[in-house]
Amino acid sequence: MSPRGERPMSPPAEFRSYYGQPVIKPPTWKSPDVPAYFFLGGLAGASSAMAELADLTGRHRLARVSRLVAAAGAAGGTAFLVHDLGRPERFLNMLRVFKPTSPLSMGSWVLAAFGTLSGSAAASDVTGRLPRLGRGAQVEAALLSPIMMTYTAVLVSDTAVPAWHEAYRELPFLFAGGSLTSGAGVGLLSVQPADAAPARVLAVGGAALEVAAERRLSRRLGALAEPYHSGSAGRWMKAGQALSIAGAVTAVAGRRSRVLSAVAGAALLGGSLCTRFGVYEAGKASAKDPRYTVEPQRERLRERAAKSAAAGFVPASEPGVTVGQ
Amino acid sequence: MTNQLYGPVDDVAAQAGYPDDHPERVGFFTDTSVCIGCKACEVACKEWNGVPDTDLDLLGMSYDNTGDLGANTWRHVAFVEQAQPREELVDLGMPSVGPPGGQETAEPGRDVQWLMMSDVCKHCTHAACLDVCPTGSLFRTEYGTVVVQEDICNGCGYCVPACPYGVLDLRPDDGRAWKCTLCYDRLSDGLEPACAKACPTDSIQFGTVAELRERAQERVERLRAAGVESAQLYGEDPGDGVGGDGAFFLLLDEPEVYGLPPDPVVTTRDLSSMWRHAGAAAVAAAAGIVAAFVGSRR
Repeated sequence: MSPRGERPMSPPAEFRSYYGQPVIKPPTWKSPDVPAYFFLGGLAGASSAMAELADLTGRHRLARVSRLVAAAGAAGGTAFLVHDLGRPERFLNMLRVFKPTSPLSMGSWVLAAFGTLSGSAAASDVTGRLPRLGRGAQVEAALLSPIMMTYTAVLVSDTAVPAWHEAYRELPFLFAGGSLTSGAGVGLLSVQPADAAPARVLAVGGAALEVAAERRLSRRLGALAEPYHSGSAGRWMKAGQALSIAGAVTAVAGRRSRVLSAVAGAALLGGSLCTRFGVYEAGKASAKDPRYTVEPQRERLRERAAKSAAAGFVPASEPGVTVGQ
Repeated sequence: MTNQLYGPVDDVAAQAGYPDDHPERVGFFTDTSVCIGCKACEVACKEWNGVPDTDLDLLGMSYDNTGDLGANTWRHVAFVEQAQPREELVDLGMPSVGPPGGQETAEPGRDVQWLMMSDVCKHCTHAACLDVCPTGSLFRTEYGTVVVQEDICNGCGYCVPACPYGVLDLRPDDGRAWKCTLCYDRLSDGLEPACAKACPTDSIQFGTVAELRERAQERVERLRAAGVESAQLYGEDPGDGVGGDGAFFLLLDEPEVYGLPPDPVVTTRDLSSMWRHAGAAAVAAAAGIVAAFVGSRR
């Protein structure tokens, strides 16, 4: 009996499972390959956009460094992705089809284009050859860069992994924030503080976006956010947030110091990296515990049953209702 | 042909682009009320499909020493032992209620009930594994089933966490994803899948999905009439979160007791919303970078 004396609609929730075994298979994606790729892809995306804007606003040293980081990030990320495959020699099969229902297919095409363009832009800059083609490649890479900063969130969300799928509204913003802070980190490390004003703005904005997205995710997901706060995932997430906030604060407070700016840049890069590891580990943990799969689904069934009961239908197969003989 | 990601589909092979003269959709109806847990299906599947052996591993949880479906297990017999109130137990004739030579448990008034269930790939109407596969290795056959092409799979592993039932996995020494093919090779020769052929009690029934749905409905009604109130169909409803399964079940307890998700939903149902959120985040990030550069003094 409930406190108000009403008969409960359904028996109290009792969690049941098959010997505690997971219902879904945990992701086979390897660490550090996949979280490192998420980090590098986001870093490359942010750097590419920064390179273009730095060129447009006459910040040539920052443009050059960002251009090289964008190319290196895309190349490194691709290497991690290929290494993660069960059959690396078949990596070209990723471009066998163009498949809008697969975020990994879309991502592979974007990465292939982005990697080629940002690589060309960097190569042209370093060698001094074909400057107009290099410039054009950079503009096109910069146009793809917002996708590079966010699509990996769709990649993880489009799975049955509870902590990833249910977080699909917030993860893109979390990843976008992390991409911005990592780009800011590159800026703070590579140029004189006097020229790093945009990087400081990005550091503060990116860290704020990361923190806001994480808060919102925790609030909205309720019990399903637990994997983000416990175990190794919890430690990664906490470290990520702490480093991002510390990096942003140091960037602003130490804006006249070359050393403090560099420290802030390193912290921002580290924070972005830690958060990607945190998200990766949280997904794995939520997949391994059948509770996170079964309980939200049970809850959904209970709500549906309550709704149809309110509408006057009693489903014959309503679980938990046993008629005596 | 529109690419529908969610909801009921009349003709799943036609939706995948097969011409109108394609064969009827086929699948399994696994009636766990007559499963005796012999595991002939597991063995027949391994034999026919050349699925690699696994070392003998005693899991110590029940008579189930296979554990779960995976790259090297395409049929898995789950084994549940539970103590149930005596008056709720109904003798179905086969299998008999409880183990031979005694049914009582330590708890008064409760007898042992054994539940056995041969699990398999569900060959979903909306198969998340197929949707997310980036290489096109996973495909819909003319029979409406879902099959991995091992010569194309590059082992990216995306199908593994995408499946709401935990069916697929990568084979460690080989790197590729493997799962039940519903014996695609046998189907083209007019033979039923090896597991159904080997099942001694017809717990595993093969046929067209339309016919199996009718049979399942009849069977669950018969069991209910006989007093088995817990009998329920699982995965047969085209209105469920995966558009109905090609391989569905009659269960004697809640799905999660057998290791099945109680209300699976294909993850790609939310794909367009995912992209919209990512798009908004991408715009925010781009705007942030533009503002940071344009707004900063030199």
